[in-house]
Amino acid sequence: MNTPLLQVQDLRVTFTTGRGAVHAVDGVTFDVGAGEVLGLVGESGSGKSVTLRAIPRLLHDNAAVSGRVLWHGQDLLTIPDERLRAIRGGQVAMVFQEPMSALNPVLPIGMQIDEVLVAHTDMDRAARRRRAIELLGLVGIASAATRLDQYPHEFSGGMRQRAMIAISLAAQPALLLADEPTTALDVTIQDQILTLLLQLVSELGMAMVLVTHDLGVVAETCDRVAVMYAGRLCETGPVELVFNRPRHAYTDALLRSMPGDGAAGAMLTPIPGQPPRIDSPVPGCAFAPRCSYAEPRCTTERPVLTAYAPGHDSACYAATRLPARVEEGAA
Amino acid sequence: MRAVLARIASRPLPAPLLGGLALLAVMVAFTVSPGTFAPYDPLAFDYNALLSPPSAAHLFGTDQFGRDILSRTIAAAAVDLQIALFATIFPGLLGSLIGLFVGWYGGVADAVFGRLVDLVVTFPFLVLVIAIVAILGPGLANMYIAVTAVGWVFYARLMRGEVLVQKSGEYVAAARVLGYSTPRIIFRHILPNAVRPVLVYAVTDMALAILLGSSLGYLGLGAQPPTAEWGVLIADGKNFFTTAPWIVLFPGAAIVLAGLGFSLTGDGLADLLEVRR
Amino acid sequence: MSRGAWLVSRLLQMVPTFLLIGLAVFVLARLLPGNAVMALLGDRGSDEAVARLTRQLGLDQSIGMQLLAFLESVLRGQFGTSLAFRIPVTRLIAERLPVTLMLTGMAIVIALALALPLAFVAALKVNRWPDLLIRGVFQVGLSSPIFYVGLVLLTVFAAWLRIFPVGGYGDTFAEHIYHLFLPAVTLAFSLSAIVMRNLRASILSVIRAEYVDFARAKGLRSRVVLLRHVLRNALIATVTLVGLHIGSLLGGAVITETVFAVPGVGRLMVDSIFARDYPVIQALTLVLAVLVSLAFLVTDLVQMWLDPRVGR
Repeated sequence: MNTPLLQVQDLRVTFTTGRGAVHAVDGVTFDVGAGEVLGLVGESGSGKSVTLRAIPRLLHDNAAVSGRVLWHGQDLLTIPDERLRAIRGGQVAMVFQEPMSALNPVLPIGMQIDEVLVAHTDMDRAARRRRAIELLGLVGIASAATRLDQYPHEFSGGMRQRAMIAISLAAQPALLLADEPTTALDVTIQDQILTLLLQLVSELGMAMVLVTHDLGVVAETCDRVAVMYAGRLCETGPVELVFNRPRHAYTDALLRSMPGDGAAGAMLTPIPGQPPRIDSPVPGCAFAPRCSYAEPRCTTERPVLTAYAPGHDSACYAATRLPARVEEGAA
Repeated sequence: MRAVLARIASRPLPAPLLGGLALLAVMVAFTVSPGTFAPYDPLAFDYNALLSPPSAAHLFGTDQFGRDILSRTIAAAAVDLQIALFATIFPGLLGSLIGLFVGWYGGVADAVFGRLVDLVVTFPFLVLVIAIVAILGPGLANMYIAVTAVGWVFYARLMRGEVLVQKSGEYVAAARVLGYSTPRIIFRHILPNAVRPVLVYAVTDMALAILLGSSLGYLGLGAQPPTAEWGVLIADGKNFFTTAPWIVLFPGAAIVLAGLGFSLTGDGLADLLEVRR
Repeated sequence: MSRGAWLVSRLLQMVPTFLLIGLAVFVLARLLPGNAVMALLGDRGSDEAVARLTRQLGLDQSIGMQLLAFLESVLRGQFGTSLAFRIPVTRLIAERLPVTLMLTGMAIVIALALALPLAFVAALKVNRWPDLLIRGVFQVGLSSPIFYVGLVLLTVFAAWLRIFPVGGYGDTFAEHIYHLFLPAVTLAFSLSAIVMRNLRASILSVIRAEYVDFARAKGLRSRVVLLRHVLRNALIATVTLVGLHIGSLLGGAVITETVFAVPGVGRLMVDSIFARDYPVIQALTLVLAVLVSLAFLVTDLVQMWLDPRVGR
């Protein structure tokens, strides 16, 4: 097996706040292979967005980050700023959730594309302009040449997100980090943007980490999935395997609460209770208080990631007791 | 309101606020009992110690008539404290009442008020005050009239905004449904909530009032000699500044410290009372 | 609404503003307690002198006619004759106004030159010693009256060190700058404190904006992120603030010019008050208010240039 493009190892992020330390990300480990689409799933507050932002070191001073983020063998968390800058936007690009606030309101869209090209390519002004027009065309923005001189507020929500994707793609990155790229959009637009992202990823041969709270999106779009809960990684594996044969009680509960997942006639079961507060350390499994499979040691001993199939890891004591959702061989 | 007060009580006072209050306490002490602190009669001439630099006998030195600068600076605290209070209380009261009125009733009065605000802010504050003092004649009383005539606008604008916010609050709608009388709603519900930002603004404004009052005193348009006022003291000594800088330096430092006292207190209160500015 | 239409309507707004300013100054002048003529002549006026001046000032007309006559003369730029200088007020002001404009212009430049970098340092080192030091010094600056700062600078740099002239204005442009430097620094003092405070706060809020994170995610140099993405957005609020403070700057010029004996309109105002030169006081109040409303206009234009959302 080839070395993965990106390896996140034991990533920990702690925020210092007025009321003490918050462990937003608590020992997360996963890999992303070249050309692979990984879905990073969890409820809001599970630490999935923080994990994503920690990868290119985008968190602010109030966050203490430890662990390793290996990109082509170099640790992004420790390399000098100058080298990090070349990787950010050049090899690892990011798409934010909310295009209205992520695009600078006072700069024309063209300039916001141009500055990426200035930072990462040797193109001259004319070539950069041609490239910018080409990029807007690529993401499906019509009459690109006139659009370049317009400002974000002159774009519709969906167009703004397309523009942001164009900016991210400008320097032909190998990995796209997408932070809930469709959540802020109208429902009718969400599908278009998602389809566009997938199409671009496969056309350009990029890898993508797609942060989402929507398991349906993961099922449609991802090769592999990583499930997070309360800052910890619960389960990671190929999408089909995880969806058909979940090895973590939280994944199982999440799948049951998802409508229209194909299991016809199955009742929707909401997960009882609330996610735990993460401003004090949880000794056992963070999901234990809400878990219907919990056993006594779940609240005292923290389960470690264990492999249940090639590339399918889970941290759950109930892994083997969980029912298969689709009988192996039946489908 | 009560929740805010409870939160305040549970918190230690921030250092800048304490510093500001300490400076103001000194100023009040000088005002209440200048004789306790002043080593000399502030008006007594001493021809044996003309323009003498700071020494053990005269800590802040003496002026061209041998008057003790320390004593004069202490004696002047009363007038400047009076300026700080009067030049904010008069416009503050008038402006708050007008702001309450136009905010509550809206309509034509509010529209006229809006134009008036636009008009007043196009005149430089100091120039307008000076022009009015010019018409009325120099002196403290006329200065208060001028400051009130111009300064009420800022309080009214602030109060109007707060009233509008409070008016749209749920509890006012509830009070109306319950059939409470208008005065009761205004004085029991609107005013207590709207008054906080106005009070904080007033304290910060006192710092500006001291600067304004002493500036007019310096120009000869405010307090008139022989009234001891820091700006007047500085104007008295400015011709000797190159040779006897202490005549100017110490009263000036007193203005700076008094201004700091009010602005630190104002900023501290804003944080404490959770007033956004 | 298109930008052009916004611009036209903004310019049209100036007409009622100017009219109201004229009306306000007129009303102010009529508020003179007692008779303006008596105020001017004191007890010395003979009956003919009183009658002549009454006619000269147009005070024998009805109040409506007086207002119309006043507005008409203002439109023609005629403010009568200075009682103290015996020359047309318009000429007097035309001679003195450039001095004050240059003084305030220099003060704005100096204030921004001080405040911009220091606000950045303070914001980037928030709550550490450089921030606390800068804020502390500016807090003291905010509490220092202009005349006091001016006297101290005058004594230290002009009288003792003899680096700068004691006052005046000089003859050439270079001399103007040299003579006005200390006054401009004095005048810049409180503005720079206000701008620093405000800019620091807006940098602190902008720096947490998503578009700044996105700019960093693009791999831009921190200089580009700070100048193009942070500063430009933070300046939008600051421009408004500077515009709003043009009035207090002109007020401050009155005091600064008095301290440094600068022959501008501020000093003219104070001199005129003591000379009871009412035509000059009236004209100056009007001219300064018009200047402020022009400054508001310029502020809006700069705002429009900085922020593409304005006027659309």
